Amino acid sequence: MTATAELADIVPARRSSTIPRQGPLKFIRDTWLVFQRQNLLVVRTPIRLVIGFAQPISYLLLFAPLLKSALGASTYAEAYRIYVPGLLVILVLLGGFFTGFGLLYELQTGVIERSRVTSISRIALLLGRALSEVATLMVQAVIITLIAIPFGLTVSIGPLLLAYALLILMGIMAASVSYAVALLIKSPAALGPIINVVSQPLALLSGVLLPLALAPHWLLSIAKWNPFYWATNGTRALFTGNIGDNSVWEGAIIMAVLATLCVFWAARLFARRVR
Amino acid sequence: MIETKGLRKTFHIGKGRKAATVDAVRGVDLKVGDAEIFGFLGPNGAGKTTTLRMLTTLLEPDGGDAVIAGADLRRDPARVRQLSGYVAQGGGTVDDATAREELVLQARMYGIGKDEAERRATRALDAFQLTDFADRRCRTYSGGQRRRVDIALGVIHEPKVLFLDEPTVGLDPQSRARMWDEVRRLRSEGMTVFITTHYLDEADALCDRLAIIDNGEIVAEGTPDDLKREIAGDVVTVDVNGSTPQAAELLTGRAFIRKLEVETDKGLRLYVDDGALAIPQIMRALDGSDIEFGGIGLNRPSLDDVFLTKTGRSLRD
Repeated sequence: MTATAELADIVPARRSSTIPRQGPLKFIRDTWLVFQRQNLLVVRTPIRLVIGFAQPISYLLLFAPLLKSALGASTYAEAYRIYVPGLLVILVLLGGFFTGFGLLYELQTGVIERSRVTSISRIALLLGRALSEVATLMVQAVIITLIAIPFGLTVSIGPLLLAYALLILMGIMAASVSYAVALLIKSPAALGPIINVVSQPLALLSGVLLPLALAPHWLLSIAKWNPFYWATNGTRALFTGNIGDNSVWEGAIIMAVLATLCVFWAARLFARRVR
Repeated sequence: MIETKGLRKTFHIGKGRKAATVDAVRGVDLKVGDAEIFGFLGPNGAGKTTTLRMLTTLLEPDGGDAVIAGADLRRDPARVRQLSGYVAQGGGTVDDATAREELVLQARMYGIGKDEAERRATRALDAFQLTDFADRRCRTYSGGQRRRVDIALGVIHEPKVLFLDEPTVGLDPQSRARMWDEVRRLRSEGMTVFITTHYLDEADALCDRLAIIDNGEIVAEGTPDDLKREIAGDVVTVDVNGSTPQAAELLTGRAFIRKLEVETDKGLRLYVDDGALAIPQIMRALDGSDIEFGGIGLNRPSLDDVFLTKTGRSLRD
């Protein structure tokens, strides 16, 4: 054993000087710590990836081929450019909304309590988890995009990455809302029905299955109150390659603002209810 | 090492008309010394867990003060977290992580750097004899192994005080004895260990001092021996084969009996000054009735008796 290693054994309480004790750096480090840990657990149980996947894949394979004639699209590429973004929005929206279950489960098993007696940042405990859930969803989103390519989807890489960024914001927002609702009602049995009641109309009113351009006026005017409607339009525009389209920045701004607000809302509830 | 003064917590439950308040903890004063194993006993709902959660910073007290290892609980909870460890009743290990991963993560959550965290994990695995299965997933561990990991997690940041919530619940006798050894080892290293338990034999065998909480207040505090001595005299158990009510009626009000407890429907527990003198009097009192004697026994008071006297309930209820 070298002299330095011995010294480290003798003075174990001394902390490495590279670890920030407070401030934004500590917060980023703590969030990263939680993010990595949650990712590790996802990788350990890959079945979790597959479960979230089954529904979008079957829609992609069994429903999307109908769309060319149903939408009156001239090519499969055009049909997929309309449909795939919608599918990804559903994936992120539902996947995000269901993250509250994981939080309730972890609160129950004591994993979070074990973290709370340490000096780790409280918001990092929540945000690290949300980001890991969103990362998992984005892996699924990438796979779905790749599967759609042989069916005729064409999309250029720049707009695609921007579309992913928009999806990440949607995921963070949905996950935060789910955490907040989970913390308010505290019951997994009640969380399921609430998510279903909220997410179905939200998804339909975003035009994820068929674009709301086909909708009657009254339906469209309701949809305009749904933030995911704007985000879905933005995502579609990006898949078509229209980076400059108004819907892109409209969707991005609406989602960025709402995601930030929802993260703060959930973090506040978390810090209060789970001190 | 731990000193509390008038620690209080009130819960508000329900809303609107049904709103009610529950005074879970109504002014707890405790003093726990250095390198001491301190037992905290109480029936369910007595305020045991609430007190523990306040001391571990998981719950904010409504009133009172506490100083833990020199850190003020109200003013500096962050420092209390650094100086104390906590192991919840259910532990908190994740099925799909390994003991080593859990230990490294826990150390890093306390702000320890990655390399140092790994060194500490290795040392802890060694100290708690977990090395053989350190890289297997926690779901494969036995109850006793998992509990040892929990405790190793609680002390990974080398705290001065360790809070253990019901550390041996659900363990077989062998694992239990093993846990006791681990707790004693931590004490010998200078750590103060604060334990809540339901098992009075555990409190008796393991704890240097203990306190009993009932209805949110401390009703007794001292060494196990002191507490037993406090209820002076002997305990006579009378087995009357189911005729307990009749026997109780015949014995109630006799001057030589300080206290009479009906224990299930099987027998009676009589607290008397001198058992040897009491037994003939008991026999005489029951003689002539048609009560069938199953047996009569003489015991020194146990912690069970202390508990029964102080709270009016048996801990097993």
